[in-house]
Amino acid sequence: MKIFIRESPKEGRLWVSVRDNGRGMDENEAAKAADPFYTTRITRKVGLGIPLFKASAEATDGSFEIRSKKGEGTEIAAMFHTSHIDCLPLGKIEDSIAALIFMNPEMDIEYIHECCSNRFKLDTREIKKVLGDVSISLPEVVDWIKEYVRNGLDELNGGVGNEIS
Amino acid sequence: MKSLKELEEIKQKTLDSVNLRKDRSGGTRVVVGMATCGIAAGARPVLLAFLEEVKKRNLGDVTVSQTGCIGVCRLEPMVEVYRPGEEKVTYVKMTADKVKRVVAEHIVNGRPVTEFTIGAAE
Repeated sequence: MKIFIRESPKEGRLWVSVRDNGRGMDENEAAKAADPFYTTRITRKVGLGIPLFKASAEATDGSFEIRSKKGEGTEIAAMFHTSHIDCLPLGKIEDSIAALIFMNPEMDIEYIHECCSNRFKLDTREIKKVLGDVSISLPEVVDWIKEYVRNGLDELNGGVGNEIS
Repeated sequence: MKSLKELEEIKQKTLDSVNLRKDRSGGTRVVVGMATCGIAAGARPVLLAFLEEVKKRNLGDVTVSQTGCIGVCRLEPMVEVYRPGEEKVTYVKMTADKVKRVVAEHIVNGRPVTEFTIGAAE
């Protein structure tokens, strides 16, 4: 899975995209994916992830797109106007990334965050290579990931912090 | 600054204490509800707080894991603690601060924090 975030304070814009190489969707399914009452899961009848993502982008007068190909994978992408009053702060992104990796240890996750002309990259395949047989879900490792991301992003923003305003 | 070298050290330290770590199956299990309802209510910092406490106190026999919706969304973030041979304890409306007490009093010392449990909330 690839997570890509690009911030452009100059333009007042933020792009977020998440791409996987999963089973993908046909046109019909992809069109319905942003409907909160459409889901393929069987535990309950609602699926809120994509609809909430779409709604938060559109609340800032931004845009949302879903691209998918059956058998190849799916990409969801959104653009946010960061100066819009309804734009949500990015929040503690290091917590999100650390929890995501902890919850999906078997998944390969690449996270790229760009701001201005700087770039931060985290790739769980590289971490797993260093760790060998040691689990990536180990509390010590999750903590390391959290700090690593935080440090990387601080450097990206010249130590300004993580709020986009 | 965190580096890959530090990660290497974590690996080495873990391998050195691998016998301690291997036998987690018989230990305490902490399960955090991480569905949309849980995350919206603040389950992520709760989960990470448990991991941090486990790391800080070096609790080799404690496993932290996640599950979906536990079923009472209005009481999220919810956490279930399973200690071997004891009944499950369900904590509700958890926060990172409450986690510290649950770890110290319940997981380490074996006395559930009754005031945070679902029984006290209902």
